[in-house]
Amino acid sequence: MTRYILKRLLNYAVLLFIAISLVYLLAGWVLNPYAVYAARQPPVDPAVIEQMMLRYNLSHNVPLLERYGVWLSNIVTSWDWGRSPEGAYVNEQIASRVGVSIRLMLIGTITSIIVGVGIGAWTATRQYKISDRVITFLSLLFVSTPIFVIGLASQVLAVHINRTTGLNIFEFVGETGRTGNYPFAAVFDRLQHLLLPTLALFITSAASFSRIQRNLMLDSLGQDYVRTARAKGLPYSKAVTKHALRTALIPTGTYVAFTVATMFTGATLTETVFSFNGIGRYLVETIGGHDVNGVTAVAAFSGVCVIVGAILSDIVVAVLDPRVRLG
Amino acid sequence: MSENTTGTTPGRDPNKDATIVTGSASAATATSSATDATTAGAADATAPKKSGRLTRGQLTWRRFLRNKTAVVGAIGILILVFMAVVGPHLSYWKYLDIDTANFLQPPSSNHLFGTTQAGRDVLAMTLHGLSRSLLIGFFVAIVSALIATLVGTTAAYFGGWVERILLWLIDLLLIVPFFLIVAVVTKGFDASGNAAWVMLAFVLAILGWMVTARVVRSMTQSLLNKEYILAARYMGMSSGGIIVRHIVPNISSLLIINIALGVGGAILSETGLSFLGLGVQPPDVSLGSLISQGSRMATTFPWIFGFPAIILVILVLCVNAVGDGIRDALDPTSASGGVLTLTDEDEDESLVPTEVAIPLDAEDARERDIRKAQA
Repeated sequence: MTRYILKRLLNYAVLLFIAISLVYLLAGWVLNPYAVYAARQPPVDPAVIEQMMLRYNLSHNVPLLERYGVWLSNIVTSWDWGRSPEGAYVNEQIASRVGVSIRLMLIGTITSIIVGVGIGAWTATRQYKISDRVITFLSLLFVSTPIFVIGLASQVLAVHINRTTGLNIFEFVGETGRTGNYPFAAVFDRLQHLLLPTLALFITSAASFSRIQRNLMLDSLGQDYVRTARAKGLPYSKAVTKHALRTALIPTGTYVAFTVATMFTGATLTETVFSFNGIGRYLVETIGGHDVNGVTAVAAFSGVCVIVGAILSDIVVAVLDPRVRLG
Repeated sequence: MSENTTGTTPGRDPNKDATIVTGSASAATATSSATDATTAGAADATAPKKSGRLTRGQLTWRRFLRNKTAVVGAIGILILVFMAVVGPHLSYWKYLDIDTANFLQPPSSNHLFGTTQAGRDVLAMTLHGLSRSLLIGFFVAIVSALIATLVGTTAAYFGGWVERILLWLIDLLLIVPFFLIVAVVTKGFDASGNAAWVMLAFVLAILGWMVTARVVRSMTQSLLNKEYILAARYMGMSSGGIIVRHIVPNISSLLIINIALGVGGAILSETGLSFLGLGVQPPDVSLGSLISQGSRMATTFPWIFGFPAIILVILVLCVNAVGDGIRDALDPTSASGGVLTLTDEDEDESLVPTEVAIPLDAEDARERDIRKAQA
């Protein structure tokens, strides 16, 4: 298995290198870092701008391939992913924002996986009953509702509740706010700010996990081996948990591996709605700010996460499914 | 919908029958029976009507109609399409009009959905955004399914280095965050007005086919060993011909399902990008950019955010409900379409005798065999 994974890793490394290079070339070609300074008041002297662009390796007067060469050698020699048109270091940005994204997504991701899978498996055993119909409809509704709509709707509701109660129960701007001076006030403040975005993430992700799990479970419940288990006299609950659920969980394992790995890339829309300065929002900011180096770094970072997710899901399948042998 | 499936999807049985003939026949008869195989699908659509049997299309249609959520969704889509097409002609305000007497007004008889900060009518903008989202959603779903079919079937059919390069391309595009590429392209080329949404639709389609292409490839691989495809090859039929006449019809259910389920995803991508300001560009309006306009004032002036958001949710909900319905109707193995599963009621004592009965029967049979042998 180690040999197989190493081979996959090598293959992916080549792929990632090409992908990142293409993103750099595309971004360097279409984005215009000069635009950042064009609207400045008072106007910045073009000579000064050009000087800065040269320093940050963004000048359009240097051929794109030459800029690419400088950019690549900086990464290889000193792990320097470059600077934004305004001079901010990309490395620092990514490092500080990954933490924000993880703090935002950790609770929502884990709880939604557990609850979503549980609900999906449970409703499958109750197909066509009222509980199944209600939950199936709700999950369809939440899967169909864009997360920014859920987030904004929760904000409108929160403001309403805050106003009617006269208390600041809900917070929805940023990671932290004013804290009182009592023990653990800072922790409580963070949790308060996390509540609504976590809820939005949880609803969307739990709904999609429950839909996936319900379909998988329905498939495995109809299998012959479950009927055989029942025919041998195994109680219904045992036949379902030991025979149907176990097999239905294998494909879910791959989704889970993928979800956990791509958690690090953040949630662009949720971060935007709730003003969290995570990786997802950084992506939008770099594109809006014509930040060629930033865009490429985000692409590279999420590329790594996707690859880790793919390899993790391979391992998960190999561990869970005795029929699969890697090699 | 029913005509579509009958026309493009040959029933399974006639194909099987035809291939048995082809497999054993000489080269000369193979020619005629192979053409039988290709026409069998079309014949199948009409022939059973005489004998009173249902065609596959009719069966699918019935299965779809049985799914109430999907039928309601289909009606919902029709109503929304009607609103998007006819609505702008009925309303007094056009989506670009500015009512200088009414800025940020709540819903009234003059402006049913209220007005924005710039004095634009929210109803007219919502209807315009709805038509944008519908157009982009369907266009992206169909075009990306076409690309997926082309790439997936080509990779599987030709194999070898063609397959390796295409799979590699798929992996490459999967690694790069697709959101980023779409955004970089729309931002970088700075298209405005109509060009922006057309370009957005194309980029979304070009970057949305990879997963489907993988599925198409593996399905095509399972078809390649079928006798009717071998026969067509021996007849000297061109590769393109075989793919179009024999492979695509046999994976058409998958494609229809993918298109149906892809529309919702495409609408969500488009509105998400537009919400971030990276999709449809002003003065053009999409549901996403309209919601984004309203989001800054969602708590104080909720109508700018609320009405387009409700319309968007209804639209995606209907599209997904229909998609689910089509999948369940077309997929004969889909359990959510309705098969017997074990239920709680099975958990009563009556099952025990059957459990005992199985070994007894087996023993009986063995005893009978032994007695026969002795006699």
